Amino acid sequence: MRRTVFPHKLLPWLLLAPQLAITLIFFYWPAGQAFRQSMLREDAFGLKSTFVGLANFRKVLGDPNYLNAVQVTAVFSALVALFAMAIALFLAVQAEKVIRGKGFYRTLMIWPYAVAPAIAGMLWLFMFNPSFGTLAWPLRQMGIHWNPLLDGDHAMILVVAAATWKQISYNFLFFVAGLQAIPRSLLEAAAIDGASRRHAFWTIVFPLLTPTTFFLLVVNTVYALFDTFGIIHAVTGGGPGKATETLVYKVYNDGFVNLIMGDSAAQSVILMIIVIALTAFQFRFIERRVHYG
Amino acid sequence: MAEASPLAPRGAGRLVAHFWMVLGVIVVAFPVYYVFIASTHSTQTILRPPLPLLPGAEAAQNYSDAFSGGISRIGGVSLWRLLANTTIVAMGIALGKIAISMASAYAIVFFRFPLRMACFWLIFITLMLPVEVRIQPTYKVMVDLGLIDTYPGLILPLIASATATLLFRQFFMTIPDELLEAARVDGAGPWRFFRDILWPLSLTNVAAIFVIQFIYGWTQYLWPLLVTNSNDMNTIVIALKKMISFADADTPWNLVMVTSVLAILPPILVVVLMQRWFVKGLVETEK
Amino acid sequence: MARILLNDVRKSYAGNQVIHGIGIEIADGEFVVIVGPSGCGKSTLLRMVAGLEAISAGTIEIGGKVVNDLEPRQRDIAMVFQNYALYPHMSVRENMAYGLKIARMSKAEIAARVAKAATMLELEPYLDRKPRALSGGQRQRVAMGRALVREPAALLLDEPLSNLDAKLRVQMRLQIKEMHLRTGQTTLYVTHDQVEAMTLADRLIVMNKGVAEQIATPLEVYERPASEFVAGFIGSPAMNIFTVRAGDGGVTLPGDAVLPLPGVPRDGELRLGLRPEHLRLAQEGEAAIPVLLRSVERLGADAFGYGMIEGSEVPMVLRLPGTSRAERGDRIAVVPDPAHLHFFDPETGRRVEG
Repeated sequence: MRRTVFPHKLLPWLLLAPQLAITLIFFYWPAGQAFRQSMLREDAFGLKSTFVGLANFRKVLGDPNYLNAVQVTAVFSALVALFAMAIALFLAVQAEKVIRGKGFYRTLMIWPYAVAPAIAGMLWLFMFNPSFGTLAWPLRQMGIHWNPLLDGDHAMILVVAAATWKQISYNFLFFVAGLQAIPRSLLEAAAIDGASRRHAFWTIVFPLLTPTTFFLLVVNTVYALFDTFGIIHAVTGGGPGKATETLVYKVYNDGFVNLIMGDSAAQSVILMIIVIALTAFQFRFIERRVHYG
Repeated sequence: MAEASPLAPRGAGRLVAHFWMVLGVIVVAFPVYYVFIASTHSTQTILRPPLPLLPGAEAAQNYSDAFSGGISRIGGVSLWRLLANTTIVAMGIALGKIAISMASAYAIVFFRFPLRMACFWLIFITLMLPVEVRIQPTYKVMVDLGLIDTYPGLILPLIASATATLLFRQFFMTIPDELLEAARVDGAGPWRFFRDILWPLSLTNVAAIFVIQFIYGWTQYLWPLLVTNSNDMNTIVIALKKMISFADADTPWNLVMVTSVLAILPPILVVVLMQRWFVKGLVETEK
Repeated sequence: MARILLNDVRKSYAGNQVIHGIGIEIADGEFVVIVGPSGCGKSTLLRMVAGLEAISAGTIEIGGKVVNDLEPRQRDIAMVFQNYALYPHMSVRENMAYGLKIARMSKAEIAARVAKAATMLELEPYLDRKPRALSGGQRQRVAMGRALVREPAALLLDEPLSNLDAKLRVQMRLQIKEMHLRTGQTTLYVTHDQVEAMTLADRLIVMNKGVAEQIATPLEVYERPASEFVAGFIGSPAMNIFTVRAGDGGVTLPGDAVLPLPGVPRDGELRLGLRPEHLRLAQEGEAAIPVLLRSVERLGADAFGYGMIEGSEVPMVLRLPGTSRAERGDRIAVVPDPAHLHFFDPETGRRVEG
């Protein structure tokens, strides 16, 4: 809370006006519409809609395709978050160990952050596409019938790899910052207490990184849920079959391709609830965040 | 930086760390390098794996073809046009966000007025409404407002996000009260205080937010996909997706690779060149 | 240059009064120091004069104009802040010139004023440096310079020396005094340091819990403190104050010794205040205050003896000659100087005159 402020009464409203206007027009109004639509069902010609209460939700939640999407999303998100964080942490710890070349490594490490998810997906598909992908070629030489365009598991591996690759940069930067925030005196004390380096990592460094790890867990989950739409759309289109159809992809597909508005809206509302839960979770933990130094 | 972390091992251990870092960098940077390599070879070479690891001789040919000829698959829209579209969208989003979120953060931090906190929460809650969860109704708003296939349509819905406002609010709150008091005693009103004192002090943060939001704008996918029908209005990312068909033998892979390089390079340059501010801004402000 | 008039000035936050009706007329060119412990409201009072805090009741006049509803910039004041509040991105020169630039003063006039202030404050070599390249003392002088170039009706200083080390503080104190003599600026100065208060002020406002306990010259405050709080706050080491029972031309001390004293204002319970420097060693057979020494601090010129009145737990501080051989465990009898007796009402804490 500031002690001193400007006394003007009208000026702050003028300053807020652009953001409030855009927020109301492009956020609150559409979100409200999504809620409204999720309770309506249109007739076959899209001329008339009737209020159906929670029927759309019941329909969506009872739809095996939707449950499949939930499962795909869970697997996909868990794998992406796990790999992207584990690899980034490992590399951040290695980066802390080197003295020369840190800046050089970091510069090369942050490239993927700047690559659009859709392009990331296309790059990986290009490298691993079964007919001429340079990296698919050795797989075939080894006798693996690698075909992400036909095999659902292969497709999943490919999108997970692309999504993980793109997120490593971000996690790496945060882990490096987290490691640097750990007071040196603690590590020196541990060294004097005779802890081996490995022991010191698991008993001191890793626990002190918990806030960073939690933060990244939430960010990575949100990333895997939403930002990876481009990867799925560009690489697999949800296929083969529905092996890589995530929740966001399904909202898009039902709303814009299959044109089932009520279902799509109900799915949107469910997604909103998921995001709100995640955000609330994040802020609960941020309140309890430990501060060092 | 120069000082070794107590985690740092000596001798062999450090070499092992270097080994892992090199391996990590290769995995992370390889796809980007590889697309560049591919952009310097002919389609025939690309389609006959494995692709060489060094640049080929077709670079000049590929790049001039891509720029001069247009690419038939996306309606003959020139690469220049795609780059211009993407630049306009990315800059519009980045600068627009900085402008409106600085203004609103300034109002919330440096003034007291009724409903101040209500406004803050109104903005804050939009954190929880990414465009992906409200695409259908937002699209309808765009149609109603006649914003399909326009730059405002590509930019406006994406410039009001709570993140930048929160970052500026957080930064503004670290400005000591006395600085504002000194300025007021010196006779500065809200505009002069902003122009002469707050803005110069915010430059680092502005740079950081610019990088983050420029990348955000450049890499947008779902939204441009929805609000552009005409090929003229495509961003380069969308155009690239439209060019590629893995099932179709006609895909001009060499030109696709050139387009990919051009789609990837500008944001990478921004991130790498503005690395110092970007890293600081990302890590310090997103917490 | 101007007169400042505070008329029953009050401040409340959410119904909670923190400044209780303060009134003072500050003459043109006068140097007034507001002194008190932290949280006494002294900074709030200064900030109300500056226009940084709203005034809940009463009026403030600067130069004959009621300024209650004026913005700081309309009040013709300048202020020096405790942490200096220099604009970090501006050079020393720009810092000093900023207020003048806003006032649309001509470039030549700005340059002349900055040059003059820089000379007076010995800042010329640093004019093009940024604040972060300056030492604490230099920053302090820039803050002073920024205020002085304005040539305001009133100069307000909020604990300007508290972030400096002891030696610099003494230097700057002298410099501020010097500058005031030279400029004759009406000055309001807030501090918690009684040495600064005593040495700088033409007049003091001693504040406690939002109340002006006494408004007087430093010497008056020292010689005739208006309340027990003022008596204890001003003077070092602090005045010894304890409860006595008065009657029959004398007082009964804690520990039941009886001390005949002239000029006891009234009979019954009273608080008696005796400054350490106003106690002398008793002669043989003289009625005196018996003190049991617990420790002695020798400072060279002086020695301070810390003990208790015999037969009680009431602490006493004595100022002894530097050559004194007194030691822990000694019994010392002291007699108060009858010209420097202070009596206070045990209920109200106000001074009781004989």
